[in-house]
Amino acid sequence: MNFGDSPDEAELRARLRAWLADNDPGLPASSTDDAYWRGQPAWHQALYDAGFFGMSWPKAIGGQELPSVFDVILDEELAAAGTPPRPSLGYLVQGILEHGNEDIQQRFLPGIVSGRERWCQGFSEPDAGSDLAALRTRADRDGDDYVLTGHKVWTSYSDDADWCLVLARTDHDVPKHKGISAFVVPMGQPGIEQRPLKMINGITKEFGEVIFDGARVPAANMIGAPGEGWPLAMTVVSHEREPGELGYVSRYKKVVKELATHVRANPEAYDAEQTRDLGWAIVEAEMLRLHVCRRLSDRLDGVSHGPEGSVDKLLMTQVEQAVGHAALGIGGTGHGDADDTALKVYLYSRAQSVMGGTSQIQRNLVARRILGLPA
Amino acid sequence: MDVRLSPEQHALRDSVAQVVDRLGPKAVRQLDDPERAAKLDAAIAASGWRDLRAAEDGGQPLASGVEAAIVAEELGRGLVDAPFLGPTLSAELRRLAGAPLATGAETVLLARGLSSPVVAAALDGAVVLDGAVAIDAEGAGTALVLLAAGGGHMLAEVAVRPVDERTDLTRPTAVPSGTPAPLADQARVLTDHDVTSWTALGLALTCADLVGVMRGAVQLARDYAVDRRQYGAAIGSFQAVQHLLADAFVAMEGSRSVALHAAWAVDALPPDEALAAGALAKAYCARAARTVCETAVQVHGGIGNTWECLAHVFLRRALMSSDVLGGAGANLARVLDHHGIGSSR
Repeated sequence: MNFGDSPDEAELRARLRAWLADNDPGLPASSTDDAYWRGQPAWHQALYDAGFFGMSWPKAIGGQELPSVFDVILDEELAAAGTPPRPSLGYLVQGILEHGNEDIQQRFLPGIVSGRERWCQGFSEPDAGSDLAALRTRADRDGDDYVLTGHKVWTSYSDDADWCLVLARTDHDVPKHKGISAFVVPMGQPGIEQRPLKMINGITKEFGEVIFDGARVPAANMIGAPGEGWPLAMTVVSHEREPGELGYVSRYKKVVKELATHVRANPEAYDAEQTRDLGWAIVEAEMLRLHVCRRLSDRLDGVSHGPEGSVDKLLMTQVEQAVGHAALGIGGTGHGDADDTALKVYLYSRAQSVMGGTSQIQRNLVARRILGLPA
Repeated sequence: MDVRLSPEQHALRDSVAQVVDRLGPKAVRQLDDPERAAKLDAAIAASGWRDLRAAEDGGQPLASGVEAAIVAEELGRGLVDAPFLGPTLSAELRRLAGAPLATGAETVLLARGLSSPVVAAALDGAVVLDGAVAIDAEGAGTALVLLAAGGGHMLAEVAVRPVDERTDLTRPTAVPSGTPAPLADQARVLTDHDVTSWTALGLALTCADLVGVMRGAVQLARDYAVDRRQYGAAIGSFQAVQHLLADAFVAMEGSRSVALHAAWAVDALPPDEALAAGALAKAYCARAARTVCETAVQVHGGIGNTWECLAHVFLRRALMSSDVLGGAGANLARVLDHHGIGSSR
């Protein structure tokens, strides 16, 4: 039982800290400024090239096969240095690792891990949100290819993606979960239209819609067999709920640290309620760090993800929204001021209880799969 | 970093759970069964769990804060109505002062409101003891207080008598019935660091108790939701009830993570940082525990508002553990203070 660093961990921390001191990309927060997304590929590649990204993944795909607890150290040091968080795409890697054959893994994973190839995830549709299995995008066989027709939404980073992990219906005559297949689709081709989505805080680069109208994907780019898309989807979305996979601890800790600095510099400007909100944001962000320590330690036993991911997603959401409230209270709503960063942080936090599966869906999963309550 | 419990720690948890499940109160009426309570008290006395923080030869505690917290959590889960928190905090004070183990049942005295220890400026403690309360005082004849001495503190003991307080139905309080007398054999004066370290242990143990209480309350409410039928279906099949219970479970899990860290910090971090870890955990756990226990009452409906339902026994125990060394507000102020932010305005 040790929350402290082992000698190996201390060595990594020191090396990381020294590297970060010289390599802050100086990007704005991803949640507040589109400029972040323009700089993110270079940041990803720099982190990877320095040996600090994808540390727990297999060596064959560019990882180092270190215990995933090293990622907690990464998140702590990124926050302390005030740099952006690590890119959040572990859920794609985990999905392809679990469900892709050797060929698929070798063709695609090294590019994701190194950041040389950009990826997006085509799951949700306008009529298939929480009820993902109701998706209607179709993939029809045509020679060695499949032809895609359909409409995807909430397709993060789709504007500059090279590849899209698409769920599409290949069999219309079986129950809805069983007729779905997964494909790795090249984005740069005719028959794909990408439209940005402008979110409530004004950012346009993170989310998008993708319309497939005759786009082609080689049959060899199918992950698993026809009709095996649903298990892959479940792997991906369950990892997408895990703060340890997403690395959001550093994002929250960074905002909290900045807010605390503001208040320390001018304590008289803030009333008891504003200060209390900051206090709760400090408590919540630290809770998540410690919770991730617990979860990643459990992985040392080979314990994989399960319904606990829904618990973690709900905790993470509370943290993000507590931090959002503190930002709103202390940063203010920006009256008469062109800098509305705090307002943007707050508004962005409202999406956390929706993205990656709504809080209502997570509560359903906790109730049924952990507490064993009847359907 | 590896925060998994060791095999020995798992074994300790299992052995505490066995005693709790065999002899702990399973219904409100069993709280009035002196024979059961005496057996439970004897089992805990025989286990040595109350001496986990007593000194071994070098002055170090026999077991770390993590082991003590494991015991506290299981006792909270099972609503154990035999002392643990009080004797453990007393043993820790004696260890820090280099004093021998207490000869009889002993606890500690906290100042009015329970958020801090009693610190008497002099032996004539009539004023400072006004409103002071001995916690977890079942069977206790004496309680320890701190006495300002030599730039630090000495330990004094004061006789206590039971009172008819019924906040926590499992852990009665007592009040001073005499004047404090310095302990005879104290090897050293307690420093401020010692008091800070002791407070950190108290916060860690109350957090662990709250986590246990939350586990017990969630289980009680979950089981009721499976059994109780309305509209021809188990109420646990209704999403409104499911979401209440899911939120309670999630609050308990977050609490578990901060409480574990606070327990580790007691011996692994310097006193100021251990206190900060304890305060952060206590703020989180105290806030969570009240809501979780309120949920347990709500899920039981009308029955949950009757004396015979265990839900209020969990809630009452949570209120007591929250108050001991400060609840959410007092500890949030400690957290802010640790970050250099005053919370006075």
